[in-house]
Amino acid sequence: MALTSQDIARVAHLARLALRPDETEHTLGQLNGFFRLVEQMDAVNTDGVEPLAHPAAVLGQVALRLREDIASEPNQREASQVSAPAVENGLFLVPKVIE
Amino acid sequence: MSTLHDLSVAELAAKLAAKDVSSVELAQHFLTRIQSQDTLGAFLATDAEQSLAQARAADSRIATGERAPLLGVPLAHKDVFVTRDFPTTAGSKMLANYRSPFDATVVSRLGSGGAGMVSLGKLNCDEFAMGSGNDNSAYKPVQNPWDISRVPGGSSGGSAAAVAARLVPAATGTDTGGSIRQPASLSGITGIKPTYGRCSRYGMVAFASSLDQAGPMARSALDCALLLSAMAGPDLDRDSTSLDMPAFDYAAELIAANSQAAGSQPLQGLRIGLPTQFFGAGCAPDVLAAVRGALAELEKLGATLVEVSLPLTELSIPVYYVIAPAEASSNLSRYDGVRYGHRAAEYTDLEDMYKKSRTEGFGDEVTRRIMIGTYVLSHGYYDAYYLKAQKIRRLIAEDFQKAFSQCDIIAGPVSPTVAWKIGERSDDPVASYLADIYTLSSSLAGLPGMSVPAGFGAHGMPVGLQLIGNYFKEAQLLSTAHRFQMTTDWHQRKPGAAA
Repeated sequence: MALTSQDIARVAHLARLALRPDETEHTLGQLNGFFRLVEQMDAVNTDGVEPLAHPAAVLGQVALRLREDIASEPNQREASQVSAPAVENGLFLVPKVIE
Repeated sequence: MSTLHDLSVAELAAKLAAKDVSSVELAQHFLTRIQSQDTLGAFLATDAEQSLAQARAADSRIATGERAPLLGVPLAHKDVFVTRDFPTTAGSKMLANYRSPFDATVVSRLGSGGAGMVSLGKLNCDEFAMGSGNDNSAYKPVQNPWDISRVPGGSSGGSAAAVAARLVPAATGTDTGGSIRQPASLSGITGIKPTYGRCSRYGMVAFASSLDQAGPMARSALDCALLLSAMAGPDLDRDSTSLDMPAFDYAAELIAANSQAAGSQPLQGLRIGLPTQFFGAGCAPDVLAAVRGALAELEKLGATLVEVSLPLTELSIPVYYVIAPAEASSNLSRYDGVRYGHRAAEYTDLEDMYKKSRTEGFGDEVTRRIMIGTYVLSHGYYDAYYLKAQKIRRLIAEDFQKAFSQCDIIAGPVSPTVAWKIGERSDDPVASYLADIYTLSSSLAGLPGMSVPAGFGAHGMPVGLQLIGNYFKEAQLLSTAHRFQMTTDWHQRKPGAAA
């Protein structure tokens, strides 16, 4: 099943990307080429097979670890905001969302 | 001083301990070399002041009598490890001005607070580690020191080129689908990707979290073993997938082997499995010839070669290129132009800011993978693509366990060809994905794997032998590679650019 330009536009919006019209066509061609490769997966019978999310789960159950719910990091607000595009009084600035 | 850069990590450490050279002198020597070979494109950032401060700290530790196997030896980090002392870009314009407030666990374990290695800077790589030729770096391509018109491999291409050209004795790399093994193979050095979870992912810029794994790249298996001993080990509070297995001295057995009698058959009893699917028509004859030559050498050392089968090898390509982009699209959603990273200069509202910032900040391959990942995770396609891929992933991992019932180690080529010309595969992503065929399946299974220099193929370019071990068998891989390197000198060959 081939993708359409509408699919590309929808996916680009979901990914918060703004493709130019000429890029949309190029991307469409490349993704359709890619999904022809992905169609090979249909030939594999996976009835009753559990999805594998963590590689080590092949060896047995992997329990997700929890740590104590205590703060382990010192306050590094300034160091953390050094790379921020726009800050004021220790706050991240974004365009107004609610009028 | 002219030959310092030809010495191994182990030899440099011995010179430092004997006070034949200081860590500051070593840092200066290598920094001069890095500067003189800037056109290779291996480095994205250096900072002599920071490196020399680290070297002085190492020299003080040595002066107090401290002896540690890596203390004072220089290295450099792939630019996907966050570092306090250097910028971190992950090869992306998105992070052009990023400074991390903390060091990655691997960086701190190897550095001043741990093993005492001295960082000489940050190494070029494909953007967010997505690529196989390092030509997806947003900054500059990296040249292969064996032929500067060719790629060094990727995504850890800067690491591989820097080690091959003797700009650093060792480097860190990361491997998601082959990004340590493939550049090691194409640039003629040694590299190991440990079992998934062996090295902490804390502070590694995330690409595909169920696959990403850090590992060392150096000229020999022994040097890799020395670095891995410091890098690996549990980091339970900071990486939820870190294995709860104690750190291990991977080098001890290798060093002991050095004093054993030559001419014996140290690999007696070792069964090496050759997957039929790794030796088919898809692999170039020059690569196969070098790999077969290396296998014959391993046989001479006592190993037995047995045929095994990994029937889903070809399927590992679509499975990987569904799972990795899916995880990437999720991980890279953090780049929104708010807390860090590129923000567009002009926008109308918040959504417009997100879209413009992300579109400007990401390069073509990263954009393509985010698109693929978003699509396969979107409503109506999740089961058909993402879940289906995860199910085949389990079958691939189970096939490895069947193969390991017949052998101890699996061997084959790393890459179907030697290094190609820079730019040759830039606009054909599918062709580029297909070339990852021999590294993807073990990545999906989370198994340890390495590349060991095995000779040369077409155009005099290096060929690597891939060794894949069962879970947690890094020591066996390193030991096998070391025995091979005790009787071969492929890993000591020097490219013209390293003269």
